[in-house]
Amino acid sequence: MLQLYGTSLRSRLLLGTARYPSPAVLTAAVRAARAEVVTVALRRESGGERAGQGFWSIIRELGVRVLPNTAGCHSVKEAVSTAHMAREVFGTPWIKLEVIGEDDTLQPDVFGLTEAARILCADGFEVFPYTTEDLVVAERLLAVGCRVLMPWGAPIGSGRGLNNLFGLTALRAHFPDVPLIIDAGIGVPSHAARALELGFDAVLINTAVAQAGDPVQMAAAFAQAVEAGRSARLAGPIEPRDLAAPSTPVIGTAFRR
Amino acid sequence: MRILVNGAWRETVAAELSCVLQELGYGEAVVATAVNGEFVAADVRPGTRLAEGDRVEVLAPMQGG
Repeated sequence: MLQLYGTSLRSRLLLGTARYPSPAVLTAAVRAARAEVVTVALRRESGGERAGQGFWSIIRELGVRVLPNTAGCHSVKEAVSTAHMAREVFGTPWIKLEVIGEDDTLQPDVFGLTEAARILCADGFEVFPYTTEDLVVAERLLAVGCRVLMPWGAPIGSGRGLNNLFGLTALRAHFPDVPLIIDAGIGVPSHAARALELGFDAVLINTAVAQAGDPVQMAAAFAQAVEAGRSARLAGPIEPRDLAAPSTPVIGTAFRR
Repeated sequence: MRILVNGAWRETVAAELSCVLQELGYGEAVVATAVNGEFVAADVRPGTRLAEGDRVEVLAPMQGG
């Protein structure tokens, strides 16, 4: 079972709720993914429209745990205020902390991130920081109280998979006991399977499911990939080697002297 | 008094944040509030007085990744 801040989860696939063609497709995709955690956000609401109220009732009916994010925040102050607002609205100490530092790549501002994480951890939040694969930043995040890390695979929405295999593998090896969730950049189920095979504890997917030709079928495909990757990790994959090694026994081969 | 609500100027007769939300039609909607960038919890909205030019944010659950 996956343990995140003391919560046990069977599913290792966390799903984002944005960019689906319709609320009905979102609902079906969450079910097909067998996701137990979905990410949500806060946005400006007008008194007349109340778009957010309908969305919130859909999520509550799904009966899943929510992980609110601070997406779009570019400063420590914005992120901390948004986290407080999310804790009140969603009734959870969980916060996926994003402090964006660069608009083309949506790369995290790791300096702002560690400072915001320090403030929020001290205030009782259970912080899921969206970070890079940088080992020093990871150390700092853990030092200020984070007990889960969410390194990026590739820039958000890019679908490029695990961009820096060496860095991510080093991160996994460096922090063997910290839950690590690959957040962002996963494009296809094989990327997710690879992440789990490498020992990452879970993946968070949004665009790759929501923008697929058939989001519900893709959600199911990701669920299978995550299960396959996790099983493979537990089974102990063989080490790659440079030269061929015959799989059929060579002893007793016919026509040999 | 003119205040900035979610980036738009609004004229309001109410002075307390809770009354402004009622005036703007939020009613019982699930929202979180901030004034001038600082979070204001729901239970202190009744005592939170606004001044001319204050920036109010009213946020609600929304799709997110």
